[in-house]
Amino acid sequence: MLAESLFFSAVLFTIGVVGVLTRRNAIIIFMCVELMLNAVNLTFVAFAQVYGAAGQVFVFFVMTVAAAEAAVGLAIIIALFRHRQTVNLSNINLLKG
Amino acid sequence: MRPFFDLSIPSHLSAALVPDLILMGGAMILLLVAVWRRESSEHQRFVGMLSIGLCVVTMAAVWIMMNRLGTATDGPIAVDNFRWMADLVILLGTIAALALGIDDNDRSGTTTAETHVLILLASSGMMLLAGARDLMIVFLGIELMSVASYALAGINRRSERSAEGALKYFLLGAFSTAFLLYGIALVYGATGTTGLHEIRMRVLEHGLSTSPILLIGIAMLLVGFGFKVSTVPFHMWAPDVYDGSPNPVTAYMAATVKAAAFVAFLRVWLEAFPSEFGSWHRAVAGLAIATMIIGNAIGLQQRNLKRLLAYSSIAHAGSILVAIAVGTTQGASAMLFYLLAYTLATFGAFAVIIVMSHADAPVMTADLNGLWTVRPWLAVAMTVFLLSLMGFPIAGGAGFLAKWYIVNAALQAPAPQYALSIVLVLTTVISAGYYLYVVMLMFMRPRSLDAPAVPATRSLTQAVMVACAALILVLGIAPDLVLRYANVGIPSTMVPRGPRPVGTPGTGQAPPAATALAR
Repeated sequence: MLAESLFFSAVLFTIGVVGVLTRRNAIIIFMCVELMLNAVNLTFVAFAQVYGAAGQVFVFFVMTVAAAEAAVGLAIIIALFRHRQTVNLSNINLLKG
Repeated sequence: MRPFFDLSIPSHLSAALVPDLILMGGAMILLLVAVWRRESSEHQRFVGMLSIGLCVVTMAAVWIMMNRLGTATDGPIAVDNFRWMADLVILLGTIAALALGIDDNDRSGTTTAETHVLILLASSGMMLLAGARDLMIVFLGIELMSVASYALAGINRRSERSAEGALKYFLLGAFSTAFLLYGIALVYGATGTTGLHEIRMRVLEHGLSTSPILLIGIAMLLVGFGFKVSTVPFHMWAPDVYDGSPNPVTAYMAATVKAAAFVAFLRVWLEAFPSEFGSWHRAVAGLAIATMIIGNAIGLQQRNLKRLLAYSSIAHAGSILVAIAVGTTQGASAMLFYLLAYTLATFGAFAVIIVMSHADAPVMTADLNGLWTVRPWLAVAMTVFLLSLMGFPIAGGAGFLAKWYIVNAALQAPAPQYALSIVLVLTTVISAGYYLYVVMLMFMRPRSLDAPAVPATRSLTQAVMVACAALILVLGIAPDLVLRYANVGIPSTMVPRGPRPVGTPGTGQAPPAATALAR
């Protein structure tokens, strides 16, 4: 079960990375980052079955922090939307910065 | 059987978090104070002054703790002089950022008092980071610091560039956090613990040093930290974000945020993975070399002063990485001194930019033409800061010694780093191309007739400039004032053990020749 969980979470993480690098919509990029965080959560939970509660405690921290991050991030996206009327980052190439 | 998860603090160390708690509690109270009144310029200044007061109190608490508590080798919170010195550097930067922030808000007509509280919150995350000996606390510290910085980057809601920079900072910051977290998860998976000390013990006990999961985890952690400290393949966000943010926030991000990330970086690397030295050394050294060369080379082409300093800060990240690649305690104390010198010079240089800036337009290098003829002291101060950033002997003060100690640490390590030292020295020569160019503009070019008058320096900005310049010069002559504490800074637990020969605990002392030269 451990190997399957780890494989699945690695796949999820990769999907998130590819999404961040290829998508142009700020909201979708943000969703991909959340996908990566949840892949990490899955890894923690899988390892927690072997090692005990520490991994599960970590998951709660990650969820809390992700919520705080989402609050700030969405506020920033709205701030940009007010200037541009769009959340499309076509003129910001994240790969090139 | 020992519990796998233990966040309890040994009773004799229960005072270890007092400074952090003072800062966090104070920041919460100040948040209430900030929103209590209507936004106004006076209220913004009032909250800012209270914040500076809070930082001074926290510094006093750090100082008391440093002298009262010994060194602890257990528990998830570090108690050693490395942490206390890092705390002092961070708080010094925070005070400078707050002082510059008060004046810059006045200048630009910003009346949000929350700016100062956000800086305090970010700093409390950094102090947590400096004391973290558990990956869980490293994560919480980094996030507390980053989330507050995202908000700070976009604090000027009237500016589109600020919003764009904030969005880029946020997306890439969150992206890098995910890498960092995945690294933590894999290291936890390989060793079954998140405590730095325990990780090293488990790796040695169970012979995990070639475990693929552990190595992938370390690589992921390296990517995560690489983003946070803006090393070269992961640096592209830095110039845009620095360019878009308000000046005091940029100085804060370039100096203090980076310093805190480096402190955690070094502690994780030396305390958790010393036995992996052979695996990560080449990667870190490669990052350092690429960062120094590319940061300085692109810096040469910049004509926007803020972007120039952004690339300068990337190049400095490369030099600091050398201290980590060396992997000794001597490197650690050299890094502390470097961070202090770099913080002082960066805040000084940004203070000059704040004086020079008018409206929302970026300050170009050409705006400094002939500054010597209109504001001689401003030109002299800027020269000190730029020479210090470059690492010029004597006139550059602490900046020269900082680079000297890093080169020293690299050459005296059990595995001497000749290549790294040579690149460090050569890129310093390259960096003269843009630092001295700006100095040349200030002193040798005539001031153009239609150049706008340089506004009068506000009192707090002036105080920051004078203090930074004075400290740089004093530390350049008498580095022992700080080194005394940075020397004992590193606990013996940080001496890397394992297959590599054990390095003698570094002294970080300059050889007599250097001290004589500096005098």
